Amino acid sequence: MSRDLASVPAGAGPAGPSAVALTPARLIAIAIAGLALVAVPYMLPNYYVSIATQVLIFAVLAMSIDILAGYTGRTPLGHGAIFGTATYVTIYWSTTLGGSPWTGMLVGVAAATTVAAIFALLAIRTSGVYFLLLTLALGMIVWGVCLRWTSVTGGENGIRGSVRPLFIATHSAFYYLVLTAVAVITFVMWRFVNSPFGLTLRGIKDSESRMRSLGYNVPLHLFIAFTVSGFFAGIAGAIYAMFNSFVSPSTVALTQSVAGLLMAITGGIGTLFGSFVGAAAIISLENFVSSYTERWLSILGLMFVLIMVFAPEGIVGRIRMILARSKG
Amino acid sequence: MGALNAFQILNGLTFAGLLFIVASGFTLIFGLLRIVNLAHGALYLFGGYVGYTVASLTGNFVAGILGAMVVIAIIGFVLDQGLLRFVRGYELRQVLLTLGVAFILNDMALVIWGGDTFTVPVPEFLRGAVNLGGIFYPKYRLFVLALGIAVFILLWLLLNRTRLGALIRAGVDDAETVAAMGINIRLIFMITFMLGAALAGLGGTVGGAFLTLYPSADSEILVFSLAVVIIGGRGSLVGAAIGALMVGMLNSVGQVMFPELAYFVIFGPMALILAFRPLGLFGRAA
Repeated sequence: MSRDLASVPAGAGPAGPSAVALTPARLIAIAIAGLALVAVPYMLPNYYVSIATQVLIFAVLAMSIDILAGYTGRTPLGHGAIFGTATYVTIYWSTTLGGSPWTGMLVGVAAATTVAAIFALLAIRTSGVYFLLLTLALGMIVWGVCLRWTSVTGGENGIRGSVRPLFIATHSAFYYLVLTAVAVITFVMWRFVNSPFGLTLRGIKDSESRMRSLGYNVPLHLFIAFTVSGFFAGIAGAIYAMFNSFVSPSTVALTQSVAGLLMAITGGIGTLFGSFVGAAAIISLENFVSSYTERWLSILGLMFVLIMVFAPEGIVGRIRMILARSKG
Repeated sequence: MGALNAFQILNGLTFAGLLFIVASGFTLIFGLLRIVNLAHGALYLFGGYVGYTVASLTGNFVAGILGAMVVIAIIGFVLDQGLLRFVRGYELRQVLLTLGVAFILNDMALVIWGGDTFTVPVPEFLRGAVNLGGIFYPKYRLFVLALGIAVFILLWLLLNRTRLGALIRAGVDDAETVAAMGINIRLIFMITFMLGAALAGLGGTVGGAFLTLYPSADSEILVFSLAVVIIGGRGSLVGAAIGALMVGMLNSVGQVMFPELAYFVIFGPMALILAFRPLGLFGRAA
């Protein structure tokens, strides 16, 4: 089932996705990337700081998708809806209900996790295309409800309202807060996928029947993986509420799930950190393209087609393969 | 609130007729070719726009339907032969590729026809209402129901009573053997794909006359079609018919009882069926 979108084929070199050891080279790479991220507000104008913030938020969404697609071999297309549920609830809580934005975020994440758990109960028994189809349909029902339930969601107009407390009102202050949060989340996710539980998930991806005969409760593992993945997507959605201060049906739309999946695929499925590369690539491209043409949707579609035809292992995976080949 | 009246039941039934036309094309491609064509909704919308344009220009509704079916079948041909051939055998890559195509088609429709709402013009003899034992019901919606039933019968006959149908079914079970017997299996599958696409075009034109056409209509019809196929099970015509009836009726009930949460009403039976039959009522494991 997972063969189509499998990340890097076996033998593509020691840098395969299963390598978890923190070698000195990797530590240096992480340190350089971290320093570069810290330096962003000093080097770039506000507009780019805001884009960088967006990249960090969507990298979390892409990583949450990667937990499922890359580690359990089940590609979800409903994570935009889970993400957007947190955004809706956070903004609804802090504007319409007049509550504190921090409580709003907690409630938002809880709501997203609940939605994810319901999705999981229905979808985990299927795999492959059927799983994708189900999560797609479930996600689109959330979209339909947000679009039509005008008295609560504001319909197509959405809900507007500043959620961000004053002390993080500036672009750079907010950026640092998000950067810190994302660093912690990324570490937790990295620990999660490399824990014994994460290894079991990889075992399920490779062979469900083998894991079952070894005595593992496969549905339970998948259920937990899906719910945890939804929890992280919810965190991304709650942070996005603070970032955007506005939510409309397009936040829960299929485009969102697709963009998230495209980021995960571009970065390389099953690489986790590749999501940062993917998010940066897609969001930069979106901003670049949008300044020239309104046809972003076409470009997004075209990228999907091209990546599926030419580089299903993603850009990072592709580069790795080329490097592995040139090494002999 | 009270019980459903005959008018609402008819609304559900006629909507089910349209849903069947659209979902049958989807389930045909899904069941026989194992391709989940997520561009199906976009093909529906594109077909509706083409049908609208042709019908408006010629003043002939049938010409609109035929035009839409031909154009969408050609787009289906290009999609199948031009793009999907590169990812044959990779289920997920196929799905995601059709998703990309859906985005492109939707965006191109926005470029060509803009964001306005269109209604496909209906011929004179289908306008107005007909008296059904005391209630006046729009003739056109009854026509859609009849068309849905006709499509069901024709597809059933095609698959079960013709040589082409026998070849399609044989190809599904064992493509290699069929090919070894000197039959061009690729051609058979290509025809199936174009037929499925043409049904989306038919649905778009017919649906565009009473649901109207607008930029997000493709997503809405795709949700309904997915629900129909998930309930009915992939590749099953009978399943699609039952799924369409369930979703059509529930949507009608939902719109009366919870106007704002009509979408959510479809979720109930879908969840229930998935809990007991993950592959749908008539689904078989691949």
